[in-house]
Amino acid sequence: MEKRFISQPSLMQWLDKLNSEGKHLYAPVKKGARVDFARVSSAAEISFDHVQTTQSAKSVAFPRTEVLFSYEKEKGKVNLENFQAEKMPSTVVFGLHPCDAAGFNPLTAIFSWDSRDEIFDARMERTTIVSLSCTRPDESCFCTSVNGGPGNTTGSDILLTPVKEGFLVEILTEKGMALVKADAASFEADRGDVKEDFLAKLPLKFDLKAVQERLTNAFESPIWKKQSQRCLGCGACAFVCPTCACFDIQEDAHGSKGKRLRCWDSCGFALFTLHTSGHNPREVQAQRWRQRLLHKFSYMPERLSVRGCTGCGRCSRACPVDMNISEHLSSI
Amino acid sequence: MVDTMMEEKATASTKVFSSELSQKVAGLLQSGDVQLAIGYEKGTKRPRPCFISETDDADKLIFDEHCTGNLAVYLTKKELIGDSKVAVTASYFALRSILRLLTENQVKLEKLVVLTVTSEGKLIQFETAEDIAAYIKSTPVPAREDDKVLLEKLNAMTREERWAFWSDELSKCFKCYACRAACPMCYCTKCIVEENRPQWIQPWASTLGNIEWHINRAMHMTGRCSDCGACGSACPLDLPVHLLSKKIVEEVSESFGMDANDTLQGGNALSTYKPEDKETFIK
Repeated sequence: MEKRFISQPSLMQWLDKLNSEGKHLYAPVKKGARVDFARVSSAAEISFDHVQTTQSAKSVAFPRTEVLFSYEKEKGKVNLENFQAEKMPSTVVFGLHPCDAAGFNPLTAIFSWDSRDEIFDARMERTTIVSLSCTRPDESCFCTSVNGGPGNTTGSDILLTPVKEGFLVEILTEKGMALVKADAASFEADRGDVKEDFLAKLPLKFDLKAVQERLTNAFESPIWKKQSQRCLGCGACAFVCPTCACFDIQEDAHGSKGKRLRCWDSCGFALFTLHTSGHNPREVQAQRWRQRLLHKFSYMPERLSVRGCTGCGRCSRACPVDMNISEHLSSI
Repeated sequence: MVDTMMEEKATASTKVFSSELSQKVAGLLQSGDVQLAIGYEKGTKRPRPCFISETDDADKLIFDEHCTGNLAVYLTKKELIGDSKVAVTASYFALRSILRLLTENQVKLEKLVVLTVTSEGKLIQFETAEDIAAYIKSTPVPAREDDKVLLEKLNAMTREERWAFWSDELSKCFKCYACRAACPMCYCTKCIVEENRPQWIQPWASTLGNIEWHINRAMHMTGRCSDCGACGSACPLDLPVHLLSKKIVEEVSESFGMDANDTLQGGNALSTYKPEDKETFIK
């Protein structure tokens, strides 16, 4: 890992240069009261002073809807066209917080569980992650309780930390180094800033080990019914989550041609596990809520050695009925 | 309409509760009049729904102008309610929704204890649907200033500008269906968007499919919507989808002379035929 310093004006210049070289630049953009990731054409559009974007950055690797392949039937023949990796843009995601960068690890673990997911891999290969340390948490944040932190480097290619007059730059991967080299003159030697002095302070909200131990025997607990009563069964929590990876396969068919699509789905929906027979193994919301928490905090750590939660707090912010996840985890 | 008497509460429970509402609900639970109460409790940022089945928990109940989520949405959920008689603390708009659910035969008044607290802090327990209707008509509609500003902006737009505005907003929708989930009138066990034989609406997120979904929802709300705004408040992306049905409430009022308070008329604008309808195509 190498360290550098970059001033605010040089940072903007560097980002504009990456953009002008044809890379797609995704960054937080403020529109009205909302801040969300969007493709920007100039670094001046980027928001730096928000706590959290509404959505995570996961859609760069796992878009809400994507074409897996398209087909056309013609005179008894079927022409198949696979997704085209070479048409995928080289992308830089800028300004995501460490909780979002860390989310790409569980996503990758899911998409390479028993076989590699080619389309996910292709997008990840073309994506470089330049994150920004967190200096201001809100009441929904709990990254420190899930082994993350406001300056955590997991998942980032470059991590910037706002320091006096600019940013401390931690170059963490080869991909990150390649981006720096694109405009090496913008970067100065490390000024010896102590990163921790500039980071948000976020006290623990729960003891992760204790929560995980309690979850091991909680499958039949009445707590799920109690906690899930107010849950409306929408997919807001799953769709804003940086690690939720459930998807549906749909067919956009028009006569003799069509496309096979992959789109976001949620285990909170009643329809998610409904069988063709009419049987639904997760018949009630309590079972679906249990699945959500156990999947993230029990099944994923057991099977994939990674948790399905980075403590970004988005699900709690997005929930129409305040299903506050850290509060629920603490009360199990 | 029966105002709750202080004497009644004193006999209902020996514990002293922090509010008249909590005392009332505790009394209802203790006497076995209801098995469950649905109300609001303190939440992370604003009040949130809570479910109370133990007398002591009634102390958590709060009710003020910040309690805006429409609790009527829970009244049609069989898995929560079963065969219980339920007390519900209803906001102004939830009262409208309850009336509509009554006319659509989705709830039974004998299985409900409908409570509200007026802006002056007076607890009211409604006895009949007519009482609820009278209360709604005599109470000013809670104002939503943000909506007013945006509606004026939309009304001032040309058709093309409005189309551009909605195309842009709805293109962002990722189909989490929080709007549907928060709506008391979306009680269908199978939604039109889930029909796949044939598939009426593209279920994946895309600008076209999103517009199809929201227009469909708005049409299904026509003459039924209580104008509570829960769909818009529930949207994690803050899309103002509630304005679609709000505009339709206005249109229905202009075209059919029915407003959102006429919930006891039965039927709704798009599925009710009356000989005096001004349209001639059916005659």
